[in-house]
Amino acid sequence: MAQVAVQPQEQPFETTGDELLVVDNVTKYFPITRGIIFQKQIGAVKAVDGVSFAVREGETLGVVGESGCGKSTMARCVMRLLEPTSGRIVFRNRDITKLSRAQMRPIRREMMMVFQDPYASLNARKRVGFIVAEALEVHKLGTPQEVKRRVQELLEVVGLNPEHYNRFPHEFSGGQRQRIGVARALAVNPKLIVCDEPVSALDVSVQAQILNLLKDLQRDFGLTYVFIAHDLNVVRHISDRVMVMYLGKAVELATRDQLYIEPKHPYTGALLSAVPIPDPELGRARKQVVLEGDVPSPINPPSACRFHPRCPRFVQGHCDVEEPLLGPIGARGHVGACHYPLERWPISDEDFRRPKPAPAVAAAEPAD
Amino acid sequence: MALLEVNDLRTQFKTDDGVVLAVDGVSFSVEKGQTLGIVGESGSGKSVTCLTIMGLNNRRTSHSTGEARFKDENLLKMSPKRLREVRGNEISMIFQDPMTSLNPVHTVGRQLVEAVLLHNDDVTKSQAKARSVELLKAVGIPRAERRTEDYPHQFSGGMRQRVMIAMALINNPDLLIADEPTTALDVTTQAQILNLMHKLQQDFGSAILMITHDLGVVAEIADDVVVMYAARVQEQGKVENLFQRPQHPYTWGLLGSLPRLDQNVERLVQIPGQPPSLLDGRIPPGCRFHPRCAYVMDVCKRVEPKLEPTQGDDQHFNRCHLDQDVKDREAAKLASGALAEAS
Repeated sequence: MAQVAVQPQEQPFETTGDELLVVDNVTKYFPITRGIIFQKQIGAVKAVDGVSFAVREGETLGVVGESGCGKSTMARCVMRLLEPTSGRIVFRNRDITKLSRAQMRPIRREMMMVFQDPYASLNARKRVGFIVAEALEVHKLGTPQEVKRRVQELLEVVGLNPEHYNRFPHEFSGGQRQRIGVARALAVNPKLIVCDEPVSALDVSVQAQILNLLKDLQRDFGLTYVFIAHDLNVVRHISDRVMVMYLGKAVELATRDQLYIEPKHPYTGALLSAVPIPDPELGRARKQVVLEGDVPSPINPPSACRFHPRCPRFVQGHCDVEEPLLGPIGARGHVGACHYPLERWPISDEDFRRPKPAPAVAAAEPAD
Repeated sequence: MALLEVNDLRTQFKTDDGVVLAVDGVSFSVEKGQTLGIVGESGSGKSVTCLTIMGLNNRRTSHSTGEARFKDENLLKMSPKRLREVRGNEISMIFQDPMTSLNPVHTVGRQLVEAVLLHNDDVTKSQAKARSVELLKAVGIPRAERRTEDYPHQFSGGMRQRVMIAMALINNPDLLIADEPTTALDVTTQAQILNLMHKLQQDFGSAILMITHDLGVVAEIADDVVVMYAARVQEQGKVENLFQRPQHPYTWGLLGSLPRLDQNVERLVQIPGQPPSLLDGRIPPGCRFHPRCAYVMDVCKRVEPKLEPTQGDDQHFNRCHLDQDVKDREAAKLASGALAEAS
């Protein structure tokens, strides 16, 4: 099956040089092999396929998308927990894509991760004090007394009792465990914290506690977050800018208000209209745009625009032939990848299905 | 006469640590063709309520009292044989996780046919097959004839949940119990499934008992709502009234802790602490919510409030000692987004 080659993408945003993290056209393909002795590659899962974005210091970039869109793989590539197949990751103006493990080690202090599952991400056989202190010990930060004091301080910062130092993870509830995960990430004073679905396993009331905590910590310690979630409400609450991913590609990237008030990509529009609104009157009055079908396989993604088989605005002969590149749509700083972006929002179901070609600014985008 | 009337339902489990009072005096009713949403956090007893109604608790370790009258028959007193006739036929259930609730070693078609044949003696195998294809089409599975030959692992999560719904509806049940049917799914798939359930309800006239922790889903689909906390109903009423004029601090917390697309708030309302243990003897005395409640008064620690109708709305019940004007004032604050600053 012929694959559409990955076009070298122009950076769809200006970088000023003081970004904390720049991800430049990163791809991650997982090979699919056949055979036991002579393994030959028969294909690849294109989990992340050319994603570029930049994160400024002190901001929160939200990443949303359905399961299987590559958001977690992207996060692991950023952290160098996975080796990207191609592309560049620049952290504090230093290209870290090709650094060796030893070279990476001091940098790992500055980027930490909070994982989704608070049950699986804490070692059940270690005490909380050890779990939180481990990073401090690895980086040789402080004497044992100092480490202990620091850990107790951290436990307090995340809203746990410092006396919990000697307990095991199973003695805590899901929300408290996620607090331990946050304390562990904070231990070495990182610049960047990548949160991979940190609240999706929690109940709403506990989820609110963790979200408030993350916001408070950002204010107090000047943290920068990359916040991955599938819940659009949560992402909107915490993010300054939001990136929407679909099948390994970024389809739209904008400030929070631009994206939620005036989404341009039909996929973003469909996602937004699918979110249940906890208000019976508003929720039932609005017109939903319901997508049909499922996310296609990333092994053999649809040609050109990957969203075209599910897109209500699909135009035959254009969307399935020519791939839309990520380029400016609408207001400044708002980029999207669509030939027929939404004209306004909210939009009726009929208008949604009646695409108009993109205005000149989006059509001319590869040139600049 | 309601289709399902649950009266003072209580379920206890014997565990190594003692007796757990998982459901403690729950009453509600579901009318024909209506949807009742039960909301609450994990451990509030909402799933056990449904399992008890369906008679699916382990009989050796659990004990249930009260009644669940379905078409004027008490489900809790039914013989196992009669219960088997009712289950999957007049009442059916959709579980949360579509991966584990289908049998992985049989084709989807075979599992659907089984459900038909078990409950209908006069149906031939080919009729049953035709019926299962019809249902798979009704739930929107493309190429339904061919897909009956497929195994569950060949379907995606959303498609599996559709198969579960097809299986639940195949005998035209009067009552469909759905335990978090969309929790494991993406928003777009969730919207598909909720639309589908709504459409099928209109076509088949089934009543739905929907368990969820997502107030957004309840607002979209339910006619009546029951809010459960620590094994008890804390508030119940019509969906519009409950969302417009919530009366219980726990409901305020649930509503306020939800980030919303249509509101800008800097901080979310947070309910401090964790839900209590339901072990007998460990349940907080007085109002069960008082240790986490921001409005706690002395009386709350001693006397458990009764589930009483709200002033001016006798269909809307709540279990709280606060004065009516305090409740209305705080509900108004919540609606304007000002409650979070206070918490």
